Amino acid sequence: MSAPTIDLDAARSALGSACGDVTDAGPDDAVDGVPPALVARPASTAEVAEVLRAADAAGLTVVPRGRGTKMTWGRPPERVDLVVDLSRMDAVVDHAAGDLIVEAQAGAPLAAVQETVAGAGQRFALDDPVGDSSVGGALATNLSGPGRVATGTARDLLIGVTVVRSDGVIAKAGGRVVKNVAGYDIGKLFIGSFGTLAVLTQAVFRLHPLPAARRVVTVGFDRPEEAQRLVQQVIHAQVVPGAIEVDRPAEGQGTVAVLLDGIEAGVAGRTATTLRLLGSDAREDADLPPGWGTFPWAAAAPAERQTALKATFALSGLARVLDVARTASAAAGVRLDLRGSGGAGVLYGAVSADADPGAVGSVVDRLRAECTALGGALVVLDGPPAVKAAVDTWGPVPAIDLMQRVKDRFDPERRLAPGRFVGGI
Amino acid sequence: MTGTHGTTETAGPVPGPVPPEETEATGRADADPAAVAAVTRAVRAALPPDSVIDDHLRLRTYECDGLAHYKVIPSLVVLPETAEQVAAVVRACSEHGVPFVARGSGTGLSGGALPRADGVLIVTSRMRAVREVRREDQRAVVEPGVINLDITKATTGGGYYFAPDPSSQQICSIGGNLAENSGGAHCLKYGFTTNHVLGAEFVTPQGEIVQLGGLAPDAPGYDLLGAVVGSEGTLGVATSVTVRLVRLPEDVRTLLAGFASTDDAGAATSAIIGAGIVPAAIEMMDALAIEAAEAATHCGYPAGAGAVLVIELDGATAEVDHEFAEVERLCGEHGSFELRVAVDPAERALIWKGRKSAFAAVGRISPDYIVQDGVIPRTSLPQVLRAIADLSSSSGVRVANVFHAGDGNLHPLVLFDDAIEGAGKAAEKVSGAILDLCISSGGSITGEHGVGIDKAAYMPRMFSEDDLDTMQLVRCAFDPDNIANPGKVFPTPRLCGEVPGRHRGAHPLVEAGLAEQF
Ligand SMILES: Cc1cc2nc3c(=O)[nH]c(=O)nc-3n(C[C@H](O)[C@H](O)[C@H](O)COP(=O)(O)OP(=O)(O)OC[C@H]3O[C@@H](n4cnc5c(N)ncnc54)[C@H](O)[C@@H]3O)c2cc1C
Repeated sequence: MSAPTIDLDAARSALGSACGDVTDAGPDDAVDGVPPALVARPASTAEVAEVLRAADAAGLTVVPRGRGTKMTWGRPPERVDLVVDLSRMDAVVDHAAGDLIVEAQAGAPLAAVQETVAGAGQRFALDDPVGDSSVGGALATNLSGPGRVATGTARDLLIGVTVVRSDGVIAKAGGRVVKNVAGYDIGKLFIGSFGTLAVLTQAVFRLHPLPAARRVVTVGFDRPEEAQRLVQQVIHAQVVPGAIEVDRPAEGQGTVAVLLDGIEAGVAGRTATTLRLLGSDAREDADLPPGWGTFPWAAAAPAERQTALKATFALSGLARVLDVARTASAAAGVRLDLRGSGGAGVLYGAVSADADPGAVGSVVDRLRAECTALGGALVVLDGPPAVKAAVDTWGPVPAIDLMQRVKDRFDPERRLAPGRFVGGI
Repeated sequence: MTGTHGTTETAGPVPGPVPPEETEATGRADADPAAVAAVTRAVRAALPPDSVIDDHLRLRTYECDGLAHYKVIPSLVVLPETAEQVAAVVRACSEHGVPFVARGSGTGLSGGALPRADGVLIVTSRMRAVREVRREDQRAVVEPGVINLDITKATTGGGYYFAPDPSSQQICSIGGNLAENSGGAHCLKYGFTTNHVLGAEFVTPQGEIVQLGGLAPDAPGYDLLGAVVGSEGTLGVATSVTVRLVRLPEDVRTLLAGFASTDDAGAATSAIIGAGIVPAAIEMMDALAIEAAEAATHCGYPAGAGAVLVIELDGATAEVDHEFAEVERLCGEHGSFELRVAVDPAERALIWKGRKSAFAAVGRISPDYIVQDGVIPRTSLPQVLRAIADLSSSSGVRVANVFHAGDGNLHPLVLFDDAIEGAGKAAEKVSGAILDLCISSGGSITGEHGVGIDKAAYMPRMFSEDDLDTMQLVRCAFDPDNIANPGKVFPTPRLCGEVPGRHRGAHPLVEAGLAEQF
């Protein structure tokens, strides 16, 4: 595909009349190494619509950006002319405490939303393992953390969205009530879509009560089967865990950590039960263990970037995933640390930054085969450029033709983040 | 019959201005006999003989779903036993441009499974196997015709159950639940079908069999399953469903509280939610609904109550104990004059009996009625109930209120006597006005019964043309020829046409310069 030539000056002036804040892009605006020409910072959904209409008319390729913390996730886009930066749209628009809902603009930091609702004793249950994520970015990457065992993920919390399509049309779906079956639930389509279907501008979420008390029960394990046995013991009990995390660094003991939260009277009893279940080595803590709710990798410049993996699997496959991760990484001679919601069938992995791309590829292949056999998938979320170039990061995806058809309908000209998503979408 | 909404339970057919057989939404039996004949031939070749029904008398058995006053006789009914057979039927339909409608148990209340006169009805009643119960994975894999309650029956022995519990759970199918995103009394705490379906094997309107989601969460790619759940059979046919199993709670406690008015009961509901308590269910009934339930089931609800709340708490015993005391206190503070706590399963069942039989019980106090389904933000409950009362007194149409108070899902029962000239019309008008109240309070035209054929005309009141157009982009992606349950959900179909400038995404290898695309 030959790159269409673009009249940048004309585009700049068209965008300028659509939105007050349009600048030339700098080196920090690159999207996973791909440099854009321009950055627009619209202040409202209407301005986003104007910007996308102007971009459409000028034939610009667009990548949306929230607070810029996950711009290297996915594959590098084929090209980027314009970054649509939503950081000015950072308002928590409405917190209807009595209805247990909150509405926020896409650029609002998750932490700001959480803080707002906490004032009323409520909890916005979308965890932020990255830190400083925006609402829009968290949705577009389907971010989740330990709380998913109890409160689910973005798809369970999102009840309404406003988006702008690549042709500049503003559309809403869902609404402001939790129970609602009018029309297609298309909000779910944008979750985890990496900005390839539309630009999210506003979202409504359901809220939960903020737990008054919490306790963590942790226990070490050496062998994968032990970890699985511990996790199974907890899920089949009636202790209603708030999280079940499994942490297994490349060497040494691993840890299973169970969060019990709620009212004090209940937490005490459920903690006692969990301690009994997990055996005499289990310990009770008031504080969350180190690393809780963060990914096993660290933010870093491209050259020092670790390879970030996400493994999903049927719950009973935990031991096999832990086992294959260790044997495959040992065979390939790379370091692989794992951490995640073992009680939900999700583990994240970090492969050392200096690993040879071919070696990373062999670990990915073996883990992918295992996860697929266990009803899940293995995705390379992020990694150094050499690894991304060498590895099939998304892997094969069932129903890809149907996904491609959805993309074709929403964004027939492939203006939005082309190439960043599964199957080259 | 345009303009009617909700279930009308009547002794005989309700006469309407336009018989549905002649509307665009339901097709004409004589639209394209050659195409139907071709599909019939293809289907006979692919399915066992007794799985294909085309004699008029037997076709009539399928002429309606739970919204019984819409009736359309399909051209052909098929009872496939496997996904491959479903796919063969759909491929034949696709090839000949013949519409198809999926049907589970036919209990839907919005006419979603109303057949097409010019089309095929695909009934899943021979796909009723619970294929796998995977306790270690907290999942079950079931065929689409499996009855909702049968999933729970197959899993309670192991300490698990399927959480979505529509009142129709003894007869409705999981395929229907998936298509309607059904809820139940306990969805306040546990969520709807969409939160409990992790995967589906699915036949697209072009006859491909695809797997969406699976045993594990967060499948990479677009969440097509999320769009399919609640799409009312307009995107294809589910042929297998992977569901989440939920651990049975340690304790369940049920309470019945009588109040002088719905205002008091509403205030108690708000206070409970405001205290950070999430009951498994909070249901409300007003005086008229109580009267009906009492007449039908002798459930012993408090005499003279203007409203009752049925509140259920579940979870770990210590929590339930504590929260139960809180709930009792809050009900008392908000004017509850009688509190009854179920001490055993029999008493619990009796409390629920009054609530669960409320729809049917209304038949005791009115010959005909419409069951409405709308949603309001919980905090608007007092205003909206007052507005409904005003509507009722100004029109002289009686309205009994039964609803899921915890999540603001109203089920007003609009009572009328069809023997009285104009009464049906007046009831329809009130029923429609209630939906307008829901929309203007920031709610929804349906919380669980779906849009179907019944409320398609209301969609533009809730969504803009652009919103509906955007939903239809999904429809066009799945079903460009508009043959999957056409006429449902959307007031006007979008002409899908060709995708302008369509080209496939570049494969990573193309990007890397390792392969040439054009
Ligand atoms: C007495 C009574 C009480 C009810 N209570 C509730 C309640 O509490 N909560 C609630 O949510 N609903 C309730 N309902 C409504 C109804 O039971 C639900 O909508 C139920 O999910 C429908 O299931 P079904 O198998 O009967 O589906 P059907 O009526 O056969 O079909 C419903 C829709 O699903 C589609 N469909 C069916 N099977 C498939 C499939 N395999 N693939 C794709 N599409 C399919 C059909 O095309 C149709 O659009 C009640 C109904 C009655 C009669």
